[in-house]
Amino acid sequence: MSFTAVASYTAAAKRPIEPVGQYFLAHATRTLKGHTWSEFEKIEAEKNVVSVEEKDADEELFDEEINDPELLAHDPKDWKTCDLYAALGLSKLRVKATPSQIVKAHRKAVLQHHPDKKSSKGGSLDQDGFFKIIQKAFETLMDPAKRKQFDSVDDNADVAVPTGKITNNAEFYAAWGPVFESEARFSNKQPVPSLGDDNSTREEVELFYKFWNNFDSWRTFEWLDEDVPDDTSNRDHKRYIEKKNNNARKKKKTDDNKRLSDLVKRVQAEDPRIKKFKEDEKAEKARKKWEREAGARAAEEAAKAKAEAEAKAKAEAEAAAKNDKEAAKKAKEAAKNAKKKNKRAIRNSAKDNGYFGDEDKAAIIDLDLDALIDSFDDVKLGEVASKLKDVTGDDAKKVLNEVAAESKLSLKYFV
Amino acid sequence: MATIGIAFGNSTTSFATIKDGKVDVIANPDGERFISSTLSYVDGDEYHGQQALAQVIRSPRSTIVNFRDFIGVPFEEINSEYSKYAAHPIELNGKVGYEINGNKISVNEVVKRHLKQIKNAAEDYLGQEIESVVLTVPTNFNEIQKCELIKISNDAGLKVKQLINEPTSALLAHLSNKNQLLEDKIYVVADFGGIRSDAAVVSVRGGIMTLLSTEHSNKLGGIELDEALIDFFASDFQKKFKADAKKTEKSYSKLSAASNITKKTLSNIQTANVSVDSLAEGFDYMSSINRLRFELVGRKVFSEMTQFVENVVKKAGLETLDIDSVLLVGGTSNIPKVANTLSLIFPESTEIFAPAIDSKLPNPNELNCRGAAIQASLIANFDDEEIKESLQPIIINTEHLQVPIGIKDLDGNFLTILSKETAYPIKKQISFESNSDNVEIEFYEGKRSIKETVVEPEQYSDEEEDSEEEEPEIIREVEYLPGTLLAKMSLNGVGSGKNVDVIIQIDREGKMHLTGRSGDVVVKGEITQA
Ligand SMILES: Nc1ncnc2c1ncn2[C@@H]1O[C@H](COP(=O)(O)OP(=O)(O)O)[C@@H](O)[C@H]1O
Ligand SMILES: [Mg+2]
Repeated sequence: MSFTAVASYTAAAKRPIEPVGQYFLAHATRTLKGHTWSEFEKIEAEKNVVSVEEKDADEELFDEEINDPELLAHDPKDWKTCDLYAALGLSKLRVKATPSQIVKAHRKAVLQHHPDKKSSKGGSLDQDGFFKIIQKAFETLMDPAKRKQFDSVDDNADVAVPTGKITNNAEFYAAWGPVFESEARFSNKQPVPSLGDDNSTREEVELFYKFWNNFDSWRTFEWLDEDVPDDTSNRDHKRYIEKKNNNARKKKKTDDNKRLSDLVKRVQAEDPRIKKFKEDEKAEKARKKWEREAGARAAEEAAKAKAEAEAKAKAEAEAAAKNDKEAAKKAKEAAKNAKKKNKRAIRNSAKDNGYFGDEDKAAIIDLDLDALIDSFDDVKLGEVASKLKDVTGDDAKKVLNEVAAESKLSLKYFV
Repeated sequence: MATIGIAFGNSTTSFATIKDGKVDVIANPDGERFISSTLSYVDGDEYHGQQALAQVIRSPRSTIVNFRDFIGVPFEEINSEYSKYAAHPIELNGKVGYEINGNKISVNEVVKRHLKQIKNAAEDYLGQEIESVVLTVPTNFNEIQKCELIKISNDAGLKVKQLINEPTSALLAHLSNKNQLLEDKIYVVADFGGIRSDAAVVSVRGGIMTLLSTEHSNKLGGIELDEALIDFFASDFQKKFKADAKKTEKSYSKLSAASNITKKTLSNIQTANVSVDSLAEGFDYMSSINRLRFELVGRKVFSEMTQFVENVVKKAGLETLDIDSVLLVGGTSNIPKVANTLSLIFPESTEIFAPAIDSKLPNPNELNCRGAAIQASLIANFDDEEIKESLQPIIINTEHLQVPIGIKDLDGNFLTILSKETAYPIKKQISFESNSDNVEIEFYEGKRSIKETVVEPEQYSDEEEDSEEEEPEIIREVEYLPGTLLAKMSLNGVGSGKNVDVIIQIDREGKMHLTGRSGDVVVKGEITQA
């Protein structure tokens, strides 16, 4: 007989079982029978449960843990100065937390910080203090009026105003955008225009400054009131404190309005887009002016061009005319030369052919030829000369006889 | 005084009671068992169910449909797509409302009137007053939605004894019907409804059910199949008459109603007609479609359903091989193609419960209300305080084993005694016959492994023309092998052929008590959790 334990078995996972069916009811009855649970056991039962539904989107927005030692050690009597959002694990959501998120976060905080649980782990009893703060935070944040008061002075939601030198546009938007996003929480009017960037239009930028220069804030400063003594015996003192509180609130409100208005003025003065819009405007003006003057400039240029063109045309015309004249002259000379040549050819035709054997009548023949040449116009001269060109002897005489017959002159030799 | 179970869906509501030990799904006076979750206000009368749905064509803006998921949801978060052809949701104090014939009505009021109609129908049928109800809700209904629903139902005169999750309700109905509650199995419960689909992986261990994963889709459901059919018929109509059947809201709604009927008919028979008088531009439409064509028209939707089921299995950290059974739920699960395509992603050993595979099963659309009725009868004698006590986190939130625990059997195989995901405290016993005088028992954690078996293809006769060389098929199965050795015990002098009992018990604190026993020989020991 023997038993040997060799290893531990793999850790289990806590899951909710489905509360249906007879076997579940048997389980419930068995578990319930004669059993009472401490608050601690009940809280433990809700922890580390593997749930199958997608992890609640809200949970992701809550703080992972609430364990800032300073927060945990905060004096519960001074709870009003505590970061109530952080106490519930809502330090990321703050003013944006919805009531249902607050309920959920509170539940989670209670699970983590219930005094039953802490004392069981040997924590000292005065850790109850933080649990009290959790409860106060829950009460405050679930009451819309109280929450507004707290939100008004929740400087953990503030974004630091840039102090260093801003060297480029991107830096400007990165530094100031979040400041305005944070200030926007105080606006009565929603949505609030955001700072935008280099791509914002002029209208958008103007709208932005218009909105912020007329900011309508719900911010109040009651939360910082000095406690009003509730002891009725000293009414005067009570009234005095109340009055003091009222004045303090008013002053803080005025200061805050001025703070914001100064801030907006400063940003407006530094806004690279405003500078750019101004430069653009100047450039635009210059451009307009230039455009306006464009008419006159164009006319002048046109006139100049016209004159130049005219001069050019004239010169060209003159050159052409000169050319023509020379050509005409040349043509005339050529014609004259041709005429001379033809006349000579006709005149020499008899002599070159030995006067057709009638050398004795040479003088008469020459006279006849002269008469014929005189009677010919330029065309006829050319015609006859060309006919004579390739003929000799009697053939030439024959040509001349024919021409003489045509001429109807009374000639001595040619008939 | 009776107790009933109600499954209140966006598309339909059904309810059941237990009569003579049997579940009885109740019909309304019009004989409907799946009552359309629709209200319509025409000429000063309130219509409900199918009668109300019929008004969508004539009076769309006076007819309210698909409103259940609007309960307890801020107006800006709702998806009103499925109210396009009916009354449009409006914002009413940040929540959802409707404006019907000039009167504003909140969604809570709509739900209340709907539940009142259900109550009246149930009382009519049963001849007695309804005292209380068990209602089903999707697993992703949040606390606010649940509180609202309880409040509204109470206002409607139906006192809510318990809200239970839809998939577990369906599974409870199925397992009770089959008397299989005590068989340890991993189930996929896939509910394909009208405008949404939901699936869950559920482990059933010793009659206790645990959700291992869930999946939801608002873009998958019967309405997508209706739309596929509408498109198909509309293009046929266009071809025949050169007229657009989808142009006016009225013609669209007419075709939609007809397509829905055709779709349902095709779940039962191979060919269905569609006929719409004066569909558009004065033309009557008449045509028919067979099941094959419908499956082609809806193939995108069917493949999304498969993907959807694969997702829920993956979310549970499992493979389809690990799933023992699939239970199909919801109206759309009547379609044979749904079961057929799903069976392709599971091994042959996985059982699929759907009417297309086993015609003797109840209508998948009844399962939710059947489970609710069973639960209602189980808790009928519990008072509110007792129910509240049973639902405390300390009862519900339970430790679950993450690996199976068992022994090595005489052949050296791992024999599961407690399956993975068994909730404890638990006690379970198995028995075997000894084969020697001294018996050694070794307790192990089971190690998951995949067994691959090669199955040679069947030789087909060469009648088939181009019957290519068939690849041998590899069948994969999950099996558990002895993993970490947890403990050993030896029982001396038992005698061969004697009965040996092995008992594993895990107490509330997680301590595991191991016992081996044969006659007077008893060995005990315990091990701890890591
Ligand atoms: N026999 C059937 N064949 C095919 N589809 C059906 C059948 N019966 C109902 N449906 C479809 O089922 C859907 C409604 O399913 P249901 O489970 O009642 O939805 P829900 O649970 O969202 O109210 C509708 O799209 C309807 O057309
Ligand atoms: Mg359903």
